[in-house]
Amino acid sequence: MSAVTLEKMPKLGRGVRLHEDRVRGTWVLLAPESMIEANPVAMEILKRCTGSLRVEAIVDELAALFNADHARIEADVVAFLDQLSAKRLVEL
Amino acid sequence: MNAALPYPTGLLAELTHRCPLGCPYCSNPLELASRDQELDTPTWQRIFSEAAALGVLQVHLSGGEPLARRDLTELVAHCAAERLYTNLITSGVGLTEARLEALKKAGLDHVQLSVQDANAESADHIAGYRGAFERKRQVAQWVVASGLPLTINAVIHRANVTRAAAMVDLAVQMGAGRVEIAHAQYYGWALRNRDMLLPSGEDARAAVAEIETLKPRYADVITIDHVIPDYYARFPKVCMGGWGRRTLNVVPTGKVLPCHAAETIPGLEFWSAADRSLADIWANAPAFQAFRGTDWMQEPCRSCDRRDKDFGGCRCQAMALAGDARATDPACSRSPHHALMAEIRFATPTEAPGVYRYRR
Repeated sequence: MSAVTLEKMPKLGRGVRLHEDRVRGTWVLLAPESMIEANPVAMEILKRCTGSLRVEAIVDELAALFNADHARIEADVVAFLDQLSAKRLVEL
Repeated sequence: MNAALPYPTGLLAELTHRCPLGCPYCSNPLELASRDQELDTPTWQRIFSEAAALGVLQVHLSGGEPLARRDLTELVAHCAAERLYTNLITSGVGLTEARLEALKKAGLDHVQLSVQDANAESADHIAGYRGAFERKRQVAQWVVASGLPLTINAVIHRANVTRAAAMVDLAVQMGAGRVEIAHAQYYGWALRNRDMLLPSGEDARAAVAEIETLKPRYADVITIDHVIPDYYARFPKVCMGGWGRRTLNVVPTGKVLPCHAAETIPGLEFWSAADRSLADIWANAPAFQAFRGTDWMQEPCRSCDRRDKDFGGCRCQAMALAGDARATDPACSRSPHHALMAEIRFATPTEAPGVYRYRR
Protein backbone atom coordinates (compact mmCIF):
# COMPACT_ATOMS: atom_id res chain seq x y z
CA MET A 1 0.00 0.00 0.00
CA SER A 2 1.51 3.33 -1.01
CA ALA A 3 2.13 5.49 2.02
CA VAL A 4 0.78 8.97 2.60
CA THR A 5 3.43 11.64 2.12
CA LEU A 6 3.16 15.41 2.25
CA GLU A 7 3.42 15.76 -1.55
CA LYS A 8 0.48 13.46 -2.32
CA MET A 9 -2.80 14.95 -3.51
CA PRO A 10 -5.52 12.75 -2.08
CA LYS A 11 -8.99 12.46 -3.55
CA LEU A 12 -12.05 10.43 -2.69
CA GLY A 13 -12.05 6.95 -4.24
CA ARG A 14 -14.29 5.88 -7.09
CA GLY A 15 -17.87 5.66 -5.94
CA VAL A 16 -17.09 7.39 -2.64
CA ARG A 17 -18.91 10.52 -1.63
CA LEU A 18 -19.33 12.74 1.37
CA HIS A 19 -22.97 12.96 2.33
CA GLU A 20 -24.80 15.23 4.72
CA ASP A 21 -27.05 12.97 6.76
CA ARG A 22 -29.92 15.24 7.66
CA VAL A 23 -31.78 12.55 9.60
CA ARG A 24 -28.93 11.97 12.06
CA GLY A 25 -27.47 15.46 11.79
CA THR A 26 -24.01 14.17 10.84
CA TRP A 27 -21.80 13.73 7.79
CA VAL A 28 -21.00 10.29 6.42
CA LEU A 29 -18.65 8.94 3.83
CA LEU A 30 -20.65 6.66 1.54
CA ALA A 31 -18.80 3.98 -0.40
CA PRO A 32 -19.60 0.75 -2.22
CA GLU A 33 -21.01 -1.52 0.50
CA SER A 34 -19.75 0.60 3.36
CA MET A 35 -20.22 3.89 5.15
CA ILE A 36 -18.38 5.64 7.92
CA GLU A 37 -19.48 8.53 10.04
CA ALA A 38 -17.22 11.52 9.68
CA ASN A 39 -16.63 13.57 12.83
CA PRO A 40 -16.08 17.31 12.34
CA VAL A 41 -12.28 16.98 12.03
CA ALA A 42 -12.53 14.07 9.61
CA MET A 43 -15.02 16.09 7.61
CA GLU A 44 -12.63 19.01 7.28
CA ILE A 45 -9.95 16.64 5.96
CA LEU A 46 -12.32 14.83 3.59
CA LYS A 47 -13.70 18.08 2.17
CA ARG A 48 -10.17 18.87 1.09
CA CYS A 49 -9.57 15.52 -0.62
CA THR A 50 -10.27 16.93 -4.05
CA GLY A 51 -7.18 15.70 -5.88
CA SER A 52 -5.82 19.22 -6.21
CA LEU A 53 -4.53 19.89 -2.68
CA ARG A 54 -1.32 18.45 -1.30
CA VAL A 55 -1.36 16.79 2.09
CA GLU A 56 0.93 19.54 3.39
CA ALA A 57 -1.59 22.20 2.33
CA ILE A 58 -4.39 20.26 4.04
CA VAL A 59 -2.29 20.15 7.22
CA ASP A 60 -1.60 23.91 7.01
CA GLU A 61 -5.28 24.71 6.58
CA LEU A 62 -6.37 22.47 9.44
CA ALA A 63 -3.69 23.75 11.80
CA ALA A 64 -4.94 27.27 11.09
CA LEU A 65 -8.61 26.31 11.29
CA PHE A 66 -8.30 24.57 14.66
CA ASN A 67 -5.47 26.77 15.86
CA ALA A 68 -3.59 23.62 16.83
CA ASP A 69 -0.04 22.32 16.94
CA HIS A 70 1.17 21.79 13.36
CA ALA A 71 3.18 18.64 14.05
CA ARG A 72 0.30 17.01 15.82
CA ILE A 73 -2.18 17.87 13.06
CA GLU A 74 0.27 16.48 10.51
CA ALA A 75 0.54 13.18 12.37
CA ASP A 76 -3.24 12.96 12.67
CA VAL A 77 -3.94 13.81 9.04
CA VAL A 78 -1.35 11.34 7.74
CA ALA A 79 -2.65 8.56 10.01
CA PHE A 80 -6.24 9.25 8.99
CA LEU A 81 -5.45 9.27 5.27
CA ASP A 82 -3.36 6.11 5.64
CA GLN A 83 -6.33 4.38 7.19
CA LEU A 84 -8.72 5.56 4.49
CA SER A 85 -6.40 4.74 1.64
CA ALA A 86 -5.99 1.19 2.99
CA LYS A 87 -9.77 0.91 2.67
CA ARG A 88 -9.64 2.54 -0.80
CA LEU A 89 -11.94 5.30 0.40
CA VAL A 90 -9.24 7.76 -0.55
CA GLU A 91 -6.87 7.55 -3.52
CA LEU A 92 -3.39 9.03 -3.38
CA MET B 1 -41.10 6.91 17.21
CA ASN B 2 -39.43 5.20 20.14
CA ALA B 3 -36.26 7.08 21.11
CA ALA B 4 -34.26 3.87 21.42
CA LEU B 5 -35.24 2.70 17.96
CA PRO B 6 -32.17 2.60 15.72
CA TYR B 7 -32.12 4.33 12.32
CA PRO B 8 -31.77 1.88 9.44
CA THR B 9 -28.85 2.52 7.08
CA GLY B 10 -29.56 0.18 4.18
CA LEU B 11 -32.49 -0.97 2.09
CA LEU B 12 -32.31 -4.07 -0.09
CA ALA B 13 -34.93 -3.63 -2.81
CA GLU B 14 -35.72 -6.88 -4.54
CA LEU B 15 -37.44 -5.26 -7.50
CA THR B 16 -38.37 -8.52 -9.19
CA HIS B 17 -37.85 -12.25 -8.98
CA ARG B 18 -37.56 -12.52 -12.75
CA CYS B 19 -34.05 -13.50 -13.81
CA PRO B 20 -32.52 -14.94 -16.97
CA LEU B 21 -30.07 -17.01 -14.92
CA GLY B 22 -30.94 -20.09 -12.91
CA CYS B 23 -28.15 -20.29 -10.31
CA PRO B 24 -28.77 -23.31 -8.08
CA TYR B 25 -27.78 -21.39 -4.91
CA CYS B 26 -30.11 -18.42 -5.52
CA SER B 27 -31.12 -16.64 -2.32
CA ASN B 28 -34.64 -15.96 -3.59
CA PRO B 29 -37.40 -18.07 -2.02
CA LEU B 30 -38.51 -21.32 -3.64
CA GLU B 31 -41.84 -19.69 -4.41
CA LEU B 32 -41.09 -16.85 -6.76
CA ALA B 33 -43.33 -13.84 -7.25
CA SER B 34 -44.65 -13.41 -10.78
CA ARG B 35 -44.49 -10.20 -12.78
CA ASP B 36 -48.10 -9.25 -12.15
CA GLN B 37 -47.53 -9.45 -8.38
CA GLU B 38 -44.68 -6.91 -8.47
CA LEU B 39 -45.04 -3.43 -6.98
CA ASP B 40 -45.57 -0.67 -9.54
CA THR B 41 -43.25 2.28 -10.14
CA PRO B 42 -45.00 4.87 -7.92
CA THR B 43 -45.11 2.44 -4.99
CA TRP B 44 -41.37 1.77 -5.21
CA GLN B 45 -40.75 5.50 -5.46
CA ARG B 46 -42.80 6.11 -2.33
CA ILE B 47 -40.87 3.37 -0.52
CA PHE B 48 -37.54 4.96 -1.47
CA SER B 49 -38.71 8.38 -0.27
CA GLU B 50 -39.91 6.88 3.01
CA ALA B 51 -36.61 5.02 3.38
CA ALA B 52 -34.61 8.24 2.99
CA ALA B 53 -36.79 9.98 5.57
CA LEU B 54 -36.27 7.05 7.92
CA GLY B 55 -32.48 7.41 7.74
CA VAL B 56 -31.58 4.92 5.02
CA LEU B 57 -28.41 5.96 3.19
CA GLN B 58 -27.83 3.18 0.71
CA VAL B 59 -30.25 1.34 -1.55
CA HIS B 60 -29.26 -1.97 -3.08
CA LEU B 61 -31.29 -2.57 -6.23
CA SER B 62 -31.49 -6.29 -6.57
CA GLY B 63 -33.77 -9.13 -7.59
CA GLY B 64 -33.93 -11.51 -9.41
CA GLU B 65 -32.43 -9.42 -12.13
CA PRO B 66 -33.28 -5.74 -11.57
CA LEU B 67 -32.64 -5.01 -15.24
CA ALA B 68 -35.81 -6.99 -15.96
CA ARG B 69 -37.69 -3.93 -14.65
CA ARG B 70 -38.28 -1.47 -17.48
CA ASP B 71 -38.57 1.36 -14.96
CA LEU B 72 -35.12 0.77 -13.45
CA THR B 73 -33.64 4.06 -14.71
CA GLU B 74 -36.65 5.94 -13.38
CA LEU B 75 -36.24 4.27 -9.98
CA VAL B 76 -32.52 5.11 -9.85
CA ALA B 77 -33.31 8.73 -10.70
CA HIS B 78 -35.85 8.84 -7.89
CA CYS B 79 -33.31 7.44 -5.40
CA ALA B 80 -30.74 9.98 -6.55
CA ALA B 81 -33.25 12.80 -6.05
CA GLU B 82 -33.67 11.50 -2.48
CA ARG B 83 -29.85 11.60 -2.15
CA LEU B 84 -29.67 7.84 -1.64
CA TYR B 85 -26.52 5.96 -2.61
CA THR B 86 -27.57 3.42 -5.24
CA ASN B 87 -25.95 0.06 -5.81
CA LEU B 88 -27.09 -2.07 -8.76
CA ILE B 89 -26.71 -5.78 -8.03
CA THR B 90 -26.88 -7.49 -11.40
CA SER B 91 -26.02 -10.51 -13.49
CA GLY B 92 -25.30 -8.10 -16.33
CA VAL B 93 -27.63 -9.99 -18.64
CA GLY B 94 -30.02 -7.46 -20.13
CA LEU B 95 -27.62 -4.55 -19.97
CA THR B 96 -26.58 -2.55 -23.02
CA GLU B 97 -24.04 0.22 -23.18
CA ALA B 98 -26.81 2.75 -23.80
CA ARG B 99 -28.82 1.53 -20.81
CA LEU B 100 -25.76 1.72 -18.57
CA GLU B 101 -25.16 5.27 -19.73
CA ALA B 102 -28.78 6.14 -18.92
CA LEU B 103 -28.46 4.58 -15.46
CA LYS B 104 -25.29 6.52 -14.81
CA LYS B 105 -26.92 9.75 -15.92
CA ALA B 106 -29.83 8.99 -13.61
CA GLY B 107 -27.34 8.96 -10.74
CA LEU B 108 -26.32 5.34 -10.24
CA ASP B 109 -23.39 5.13 -7.81
CA HIS B 110 -22.04 1.60 -8.02
CA VAL B 111 -22.37 -1.66 -9.95
CA GLN B 112 -22.02 -5.09 -8.44
CA LEU B 113 -21.71 -7.80 -11.06
CA SER B 114 -22.01 -11.51 -10.31
CA VAL B 115 -19.57 -14.00 -11.80
CA GLN B 116 -20.27 -17.72 -11.53
CA ASP B 117 -16.79 -19.09 -12.25
CA ALA B 118 -13.43 -18.16 -13.77
CA ASN B 119 -13.90 -20.87 -16.37
CA ALA B 120 -16.37 -19.82 -19.08
CA GLU B 121 -17.92 -23.21 -19.72
CA SER B 122 -18.39 -23.98 -16.04
CA ALA B 123 -19.71 -20.46 -15.38
CA ASP B 124 -22.40 -20.85 -18.06
CA HIS B 125 -23.31 -24.27 -16.71
CA ILE B 126 -23.71 -22.96 -13.15
CA ALA B 127 -25.81 -20.02 -14.38
CA GLY B 128 -27.83 -22.29 -16.65
CA TYR B 129 -27.36 -19.69 -19.38
CA ARG B 130 -25.15 -20.10 -22.43
CA GLY B 131 -22.97 -17.09 -23.15
CA ALA B 132 -23.46 -15.52 -19.71
CA PHE B 133 -19.71 -15.46 -18.99
CA GLU B 134 -18.80 -13.57 -22.18
CA ARG B 135 -21.66 -11.16 -21.59
CA LYS B 136 -20.33 -10.37 -18.12
CA ARG B 137 -16.86 -9.62 -19.47
CA GLN B 138 -18.42 -7.16 -21.87
CA VAL B 139 -20.55 -5.58 -19.15
CA ALA B 140 -17.52 -5.17 -16.88
CA GLN B 141 -15.72 -3.34 -19.71
CA TRP B 142 -18.64 -0.95 -20.16
CA VAL B 143 -18.91 -0.28 -16.44
CA VAL B 144 -15.20 0.47 -16.06
CA ALA B 145 -15.19 2.63 -19.21
CA SER B 146 -18.16 4.59 -17.88
CA GLY B 147 -16.19 5.52 -14.78
CA LEU B 148 -18.57 3.77 -12.38
CA PRO B 149 -16.98 1.71 -9.61
CA LEU B 150 -17.29 -2.05 -10.10
CA THR B 151 -17.51 -4.86 -7.58
CA ILE B 152 -17.40 -8.47 -8.73
CA ASN B 153 -19.12 -11.00 -6.55
CA ALA B 154 -18.69 -14.74 -6.64
CA VAL B 155 -20.42 -17.47 -4.69
CA ILE B 156 -18.16 -20.41 -3.88
CA HIS B 157 -19.39 -24.01 -4.00
CA ARG B 158 -18.17 -27.39 -5.21
CA ALA B 159 -18.06 -26.62 -8.94
CA ASN B 160 -15.78 -23.57 -8.57
CA VAL B 161 -14.11 -23.98 -5.16
CA THR B 162 -10.73 -24.83 -6.70
CA ARG B 163 -10.87 -21.61 -8.74
CA ALA B 164 -11.64 -19.17 -5.91
CA ALA B 165 -8.27 -17.45 -6.41
CA ALA B 166 -8.74 -17.43 -10.18
CA MET B 167 -11.97 -15.51 -9.65
CA VAL B 168 -10.07 -12.83 -7.76
CA ASP B 169 -7.64 -12.66 -10.70
CA LEU B 170 -10.59 -12.41 -13.06
CA ALA B 171 -12.04 -9.52 -11.05
CA VAL B 172 -8.66 -7.75 -11.31
CA GLN B 173 -8.59 -8.32 -15.08
CA MET B 174 -12.11 -6.97 -15.33
CA GLY B 175 -10.99 -3.75 -13.65
CA ALA B 176 -13.01 -4.14 -10.46
CA GLY B 177 -11.96 -2.17 -7.39
CA ARG B 178 -13.53 -4.69 -5.09
CA VAL B 179 -14.35 -8.39 -5.12
CA GLU B 180 -16.61 -10.35 -2.83
CA ILE B 181 -15.86 -14.02 -2.36
CA ALA B 182 -18.63 -15.65 -0.37
CA HIS B 183 -19.19 -19.30 0.32
CA ALA B 184 -22.72 -20.49 -0.46
CA GLN B 185 -25.21 -20.34 2.38
CA TYR B 186 -27.46 -23.32 2.60
CA TYR B 187 -31.09 -22.37 2.70
CA GLY B 188 -33.71 -21.98 -0.05
CA TRP B 189 -32.42 -23.03 -3.45
CA ALA B 190 -28.95 -23.80 -2.09
CA LEU B 191 -30.47 -26.17 0.47
CA ARG B 192 -32.42 -27.88 -2.29
CA ASN B 193 -29.15 -28.32 -4.23
CA ARG B 194 -26.92 -28.90 -1.23
CA ASP B 195 -25.70 -32.34 -2.28
CA MET B 196 -24.48 -30.80 -5.52
CA LEU B 197 -23.03 -27.64 -3.98
CA LEU B 198 -21.30 -28.52 -0.73
CA PRO B 199 -17.54 -28.71 -1.33
CA SER B 200 -15.33 -31.18 0.47
CA GLY B 201 -13.93 -29.87 3.73
CA GLU B 202 -10.45 -30.09 2.26
CA ASP B 203 -11.28 -28.00 -0.81
CA ALA B 204 -13.15 -25.41 1.25
CA ARG B 205 -10.24 -25.05 3.69
CA ALA B 206 -7.76 -24.71 0.82
CA ALA B 207 -9.90 -22.02 -0.84
CA VAL B 208 -10.27 -20.04 2.39
CA ALA B 209 -6.50 -20.15 3.02
CA GLU B 210 -5.68 -19.19 -0.57
CA ILE B 211 -7.94 -16.13 -0.56
CA GLU B 212 -6.49 -15.00 2.77
CA THR B 213 -2.95 -15.12 1.32
CA LEU B 214 -4.11 -13.05 -1.68
CA LYS B 215 -5.34 -10.20 0.52
CA PRO B 216 -1.96 -8.67 1.38
CA ARG B 217 -0.57 -9.45 -2.07
CA TYR B 218 -3.41 -7.58 -3.78
CA ALA B 219 -3.64 -4.77 -1.22
CA ASP B 220 -2.72 -2.15 -3.84
CA VAL B 221 -4.84 -3.67 -6.59
CA ILE B 222 -8.22 -4.70 -5.29
CA THR B 223 -10.19 -4.90 -2.05
CA ILE B 224 -11.04 -8.50 -1.25
CA ASP B 225 -14.14 -8.96 0.83
CA HIS B 226 -13.97 -12.55 2.00
CA VAL B 227 -17.03 -14.08 3.60
CA ILE B 228 -15.70 -17.28 5.06
CA PRO B 229 -18.06 -20.15 5.74
CA ASP B 230 -19.74 -20.01 9.13
CA TYR B 231 -18.41 -23.40 10.08
CA TYR B 232 -14.87 -22.02 10.35
CA ALA B 233 -15.71 -19.31 12.79
CA ARG B 234 -15.50 -19.42 16.57
CA PHE B 235 -18.16 -16.78 16.87
CA PRO B 236 -21.13 -16.16 14.61
CA LYS B 237 -21.44 -13.35 12.09
CA VAL B 238 -23.22 -10.20 13.17
CA CYS B 239 -26.02 -11.15 10.86
CA MET B 240 -27.53 -8.06 9.16
CA GLY B 241 -25.71 -5.91 11.74
CA GLY B 242 -28.32 -7.10 14.23
CA TRP B 243 -31.97 -7.93 13.59
CA GLY B 244 -34.08 -4.86 12.82
CA ARG B 245 -31.11 -2.64 13.57
CA ARG B 246 -29.62 -1.59 10.23
CA THR B 247 -31.43 -2.93 7.23
CA LEU B 248 -34.77 -3.56 5.63
CA ASN B 249 -35.44 -5.90 2.74
CA VAL B 250 -38.44 -5.25 0.51
CA VAL B 251 -39.43 -8.18 -1.70
CA PRO B 252 -41.07 -7.78 -5.15
CA THR B 253 -44.59 -7.95 -3.73
CA GLY B 254 -43.88 -5.29 -1.08
CA LYS B 255 -43.50 -7.47 1.97
CA VAL B 256 -40.78 -6.08 4.23
CA LEU B 257 -38.34 -8.51 5.85
CA PRO B 258 -35.61 -7.94 8.45
CA CYS B 259 -33.35 -10.15 6.30
CA HIS B 260 -33.82 -11.90 2.98
CA ALA B 261 -34.11 -15.36 4.55
CA ALA B 262 -36.49 -14.31 7.33
CA GLU B 263 -39.41 -16.10 5.72
CA THR B 264 -37.73 -19.42 6.56
CA ILE B 265 -38.63 -18.74 10.22
CA PRO B 266 -42.16 -19.98 10.87
CA GLY B 267 -44.65 -17.83 12.74
CA LEU B 268 -43.23 -14.39 11.93
CA GLU B 269 -45.76 -11.77 10.87
CA PHE B 270 -44.51 -9.57 8.05
CA TRP B 271 -46.17 -6.35 6.99
CA SER B 272 -46.27 -5.01 3.46
CA ALA B 273 -45.08 -1.62 2.24
CA ALA B 274 -47.90 -1.77 -0.28
CA ASP B 275 -50.36 -0.76 2.42
CA ARG B 276 -48.26 0.62 5.28
CA SER B 277 -45.50 3.17 5.63
CA LEU B 278 -41.93 1.96 5.99
CA ALA B 279 -41.61 3.91 9.27
CA ASP B 280 -44.61 2.08 10.70
CA ILE B 281 -43.20 -1.27 9.60
CA TRP B 282 -39.72 -0.53 10.93
CA ALA B 283 -41.06 0.50 14.34
CA ASN B 284 -44.02 -1.81 14.78
CA ALA B 285 -44.10 -4.84 12.47
CA PRO B 286 -44.02 -8.00 14.62
CA ALA B 287 -41.32 -9.55 12.44
CA PHE B 288 -38.98 -6.60 13.11
CA GLN B 289 -39.67 -6.64 16.83
CA ALA B 290 -39.26 -10.40 17.16
CA PHE B 291 -35.46 -10.44 17.57
CA ARG B 292 -34.60 -6.78 17.94
CA GLY B 293 -32.20 -6.01 20.80
CA THR B 294 -31.35 -8.71 23.33
CA ASP B 295 -34.55 -9.32 25.33
CA TRP B 296 -35.57 -12.32 23.20
CA MET B 297 -32.35 -14.18 23.97
CA GLN B 298 -32.00 -17.39 25.92
CA GLU B 299 -28.83 -18.89 27.36
CA PRO B 300 -25.97 -18.97 26.53
CA CYS B 301 -26.60 -15.66 24.66
CA ARG B 302 -28.51 -13.91 27.44
CA SER B 303 -25.53 -13.68 29.82
CA CYS B 304 -22.82 -13.66 27.14
CA ASP B 305 -20.26 -10.84 27.04
CA ARG B 306 -20.61 -10.79 23.23
CA ARG B 307 -24.38 -10.44 23.11
CA ASP B 308 -24.25 -6.77 22.04
CA LYS B 309 -21.50 -7.51 19.52
CA ASP B 310 -22.96 -10.31 17.43
CA PHE B 311 -26.55 -10.38 18.69
CA GLY B 312 -26.53 -14.17 18.85
CA GLY B 313 -25.67 -14.54 15.16
CA CYS B 314 -28.08 -15.61 12.45
CA ARG B 315 -31.69 -16.35 13.46
CA CYS B 316 -32.36 -18.24 10.25
CA GLN B 317 -29.38 -20.53 10.79
CA ALA B 318 -30.47 -21.14 14.40
CA MET B 319 -33.88 -22.12 13.02
CA ALA B 320 -32.47 -24.33 10.28
CA LEU B 321 -29.91 -26.19 12.39
CA ALA B 322 -31.02 -25.97 16.02
CA GLY B 323 -34.73 -25.99 15.21
CA ASP B 324 -35.31 -22.83 17.27
CA ALA B 325 -35.00 -19.28 15.96
CA ARG B 326 -34.28 -18.05 19.53
CA ALA B 327 -31.36 -20.41 20.02
CA THR B 328 -27.73 -19.34 19.80
CA ASP B 329 -26.49 -19.56 16.22
CA PRO B 330 -24.79 -22.99 16.04
CA ALA B 331 -21.85 -21.24 14.31
CA CYS B 332 -20.95 -20.02 17.82
CA SER B 333 -18.51 -22.20 19.72
CA ARG B 334 -20.61 -21.52 22.84
CA SER B 335 -23.74 -23.04 21.27
CA PRO B 336 -24.77 -26.47 22.56
CA HIS B 337 -25.42 -27.30 18.89
CA HIS B 338 -21.96 -26.26 17.69
CA ALA B 339 -21.04 -29.87 16.85
CA LEU B 340 -23.50 -29.60 13.95
CA MET B 341 -21.17 -27.12 12.27
CA ALA B 342 -18.24 -29.51 12.53
CA GLU B 343 -20.36 -32.13 10.79
CA ILE B 344 -20.79 -29.77 7.86
CA ARG B 345 -17.19 -28.71 7.97
CA PHE B 346 -15.80 -32.17 7.66
CA ALA B 347 -18.52 -33.55 5.45
CA THR B 348 -17.49 -35.68 2.52
CA PRO B 349 -19.82 -34.74 -0.28
CA THR B 350 -22.10 -37.43 -1.59
CA GLU B 351 -20.81 -38.70 -4.89
CA ALA B 352 -24.21 -38.81 -6.57
CA PRO B 353 -23.61 -37.44 -10.09
CA GLY B 354 -26.69 -35.29 -9.75
CA VAL B 355 -27.92 -32.39 -11.82
CA TYR B 356 -28.67 -28.93 -10.55
CA ARG B 357 -32.25 -28.08 -9.80
CA TYR B 358 -32.03 -24.68 -11.43
CA ARG B 359 -33.94 -21.81 -9.92
CA ARG B 360 -36.68 -21.14 -12.48
